[in-house]
Amino acid sequence: MTFAADAGPGASLTPVLTRRWASPRSWSIETYRQLDGYQALRSALTVDPDRLIELVKNSGLRGRGGAGFPTGLKWSFLPKGGSKPHYLVINADEGEPGTCKDIPLMMADPHSLIEGCIITSYAIRAPFCAIYIRGEAVHAIRRVAAAVREAKAAGFLGRDILGSGYDLEIVVHGGAGAYICGEETALLDSLEGRRGQPRLKPPFPAVEGLYASPTVVNNVETIASVPIIVMGGSDWYRSLGTEKSPGPKIYSLSGHVTRPGQYEAPMGTTLRQLLASAGGMRDGIPLKFFTPGGSSTPIFTPEHLDVPLSFDDVAAAGSMLGTTALMCFNETVSVPWAVWKWLEFYKHESCGKCTPCREGTGWLVQILRRVVTGHGTLEDLDTMVDAAGNIAGRSFCALGDAAATPILSSFKYFRSEFEDLVTGRTPPVVDHRQLAGAH
Amino acid sequence: MSETNRRIGVPVFLDTGVVFDELTHGRAAEIIARYPMSRSALLPLLHLVQSVEGCVSQQGIEFCAGQLGLTEAEVSAVATFYTMYKRTPCGEHLVSVCTNALCAALGGDAIYATLSRRLGVGHEQTAGEPGTPGSITLEHAECLAACDHAPVLTVNYEYFDNQTPDSALDLLTGLQSGERPHPTRGAALTDFRSVELEIAGILVDLEGRVEAPTASEPTLRGSVLAEQTGQRAPVMPESIEFPPLPEKK
Repeated sequence: MTFAADAGPGASLTPVLTRRWASPRSWSIETYRQLDGYQALRSALTVDPDRLIELVKNSGLRGRGGAGFPTGLKWSFLPKGGSKPHYLVINADEGEPGTCKDIPLMMADPHSLIEGCIITSYAIRAPFCAIYIRGEAVHAIRRVAAAVREAKAAGFLGRDILGSGYDLEIVVHGGAGAYICGEETALLDSLEGRRGQPRLKPPFPAVEGLYASPTVVNNVETIASVPIIVMGGSDWYRSLGTEKSPGPKIYSLSGHVTRPGQYEAPMGTTLRQLLASAGGMRDGIPLKFFTPGGSSTPIFTPEHLDVPLSFDDVAAAGSMLGTTALMCFNETVSVPWAVWKWLEFYKHESCGKCTPCREGTGWLVQILRRVVTGHGTLEDLDTMVDAAGNIAGRSFCALGDAAATPILSSFKYFRSEFEDLVTGRTPPVVDHRQLAGAH
Repeated sequence: MSETNRRIGVPVFLDTGVVFDELTHGRAAEIIARYPMSRSALLPLLHLVQSVEGCVSQQGIEFCAGQLGLTEAEVSAVATFYTMYKRTPCGEHLVSVCTNALCAALGGDAIYATLSRRLGVGHEQTAGEPGTPGSITLEHAECLAACDHAPVLTVNYEYFDNQTPDSALDLLTGLQSGERPHPTRGAALTDFRSVELEIAGILVDLEGRVEAPTASEPTLRGSVLAEQTGQRAPVMPESIEFPPLPEKK
């Protein structure tokens, strides 16, 4: 398979979340309002909040941050009544390797996120919403902060929004560089001014989240989908995607692809279709492996090109949809090398709270450094699989599982590459000096 | 610093003797007022002290602790957890090169090696006197969430996309000689400390800074292709019926 530009039909593109991105000054409130912006809010504020939760439930929207939890159901877990305030927290801490959809969304169309935040906060009866943006994403912080100011000036935020009697404040909060803060309870600790370490669940955030109050934590793309559902309705939303994974999705193609970028298409689109839209693999060098949704999702091979990229179809094929971060690697890339790189990342980002992840990622990196420099042994390979198996499912949060994933999935499809390295059948892929320089 | 501070596991922060001015105190108060609970302001306050000193010093720790009614231990525990808080002063510019798998495969490792060789420094080290014009701190970064623009680097967290070792060297030479090349996406370059102030949420000249264009080819690829080929999502209905209230169980 070489993926000439004309190989097969492309994806059926359905720009919904991305439909304003190419407009001039797409981030401004003027452009947003010209293109239907804040109409969903007007409509939402006329109905009982519980009817909005029902609408989102009926739409089948599932969380776009990786886990795919049904969004409306998550909202409905918040206790009714009670004396504590409710909070909405937006997880905009995009850092999963390969994932690059939320930052472009916040830069190109921040008002879609803000309108989603207002509607969602109203639905869950929250007077305060925090948007936790990855600290490094400084231009996204500017765009979102400017959007908050514009929305406030236009009367969409603050006191008595559009005469509804509903009050809401939104704070834009910059993080400080920690991948673990993408884990929702670590994010909450971080937002409370602590080290970003995950919390024991239960209690879940819906019961005790921010400041031990009922809290909904949702991803950027999820919340930006809310105004669309309020505008189009659940039947329209379900006309895109699959039965169990409805709606459009931003697929992020990267790597050895002729035209990498953001492609919005219905859930269930395949990588073969997306690659055809993207001009195929760069220079005609065939695809060797790819991630369906970031480095934390088990890798796939060309035999998975026709797997519909929806939550359930990808799970049935042995991986996870994750963030639909399709990192495509061609045949020039050594799998053990890529796995070593990813493990260096997980070791650096392990928060240190639990032993399997903290110690396990450290030991795996040491073994992988031996393997890629040609100093590994066959016994090392068994140790790696054993260690990975003892991290997965035994760590405090999903970061540990994620760290084990590249090892376990690459051994499933490419064990011989590791064996060839340690037996000297193939030369080392990294020399010692590079090792010192790179990490 | 006292001997007790040198115990294993006890972080050491630079003793700069700095006294934070009225302006910084005012900004701290502005940040704290945004949150329902004051401690939520700690991460922004640490960015704020970095905007003054280019790092988090012992005085920065004390400042944050004093503002929020926390102990120094509580603040230093947080300051040492996050990658963006630096314990040695940063250069005028912070150059971060993504060396995660995807960028590295497309040239990120070569870019990092080239810059490191030219500067004569390694990870988290500074070429030149920190804070002086042309001084540069180098670091290899984890995924910068710009994989469709790989390989990428950032200068003071502004994106320079689709780099090569040669283009990165040109950029470096420019920065060292006092130029401020415009990022591929992001606002006009300032310096590390100014950007730290923005990350703290003190957005001076936001109206101007927000205008810098970001509409890159990869970002717009899908929407432009859809436009060119006449593809679109199904048309939405004119109006919708909201579902009725769920029945009480």
